[in-house]
Amino acid sequence: MTPRFKPGDAVRVRAGSPPGHFRTPGYIQGKTGQVARLHGAYKNPETLAYGGDGLPKQCLYLVRFDQAAVWTRYGGAPRDSLLIDIFEHWLEPA
Amino acid sequence: MTRVHDRGGWPGAGPVDKSEHELSWWEKRTDAMMVLLQSPDKRVIRVDEMRRAIESMDPAAYEKCKYYERWLTALETLMIEKGILTREEIDRKVKELDGRR
Repeated sequence: MTPRFKPGDAVRVRAGSPPGHFRTPGYIQGKTGQVARLHGAYKNPETLAYGGDGLPKQCLYLVRFDQAAVWTRYGGAPRDSLLIDIFEHWLEPA
Repeated sequence: MTRVHDRGGWPGAGPVDKSEHELSWWEKRTDAMMVLLQSPDKRVIRVDEMRRAIESMDPAAYEKCKYYERWLTALETLMIEKGILTREEIDRKVKELDGRR
């Protein structure tokens, strides 16, 4: 499986609430971050959740976001960041 | 639509309750059952199925339930879904155990 993104790439998280199970929290949808690492390819929890085989595997990335860009009125240090694991089909180039 | 389990950043949600409590026997048993059913040699339940079953709880019930009560609800949902137990069997057993008290 060829990863669509590489570390350093700017990515935007897709927004929306598809029916069924997904692991992309609502607060991060629509936000832009940077790929920090490619974890590898993993079975897709969205089909595993319904007894499926989770195939084809999906690339899973560690994505870094500026906390100040995620939360309005963020009160912490300006350099604070948030790291979240996000599957490739939830990401688009930014 | 915001779903009941997906609450990061909810306004007015308040701070996270980080207090600890001594686990009671039913909480430990619930944990043990879930671990066994998910163990690689059995693989009756996948962790994603368990999460999905918890997320699909009625929002009011979800709010009322303790952490392991949600696990227990998910266990029942999945056992029935997979045809391993029926609602009637679970209810009958609960009644039987109630009678022993």
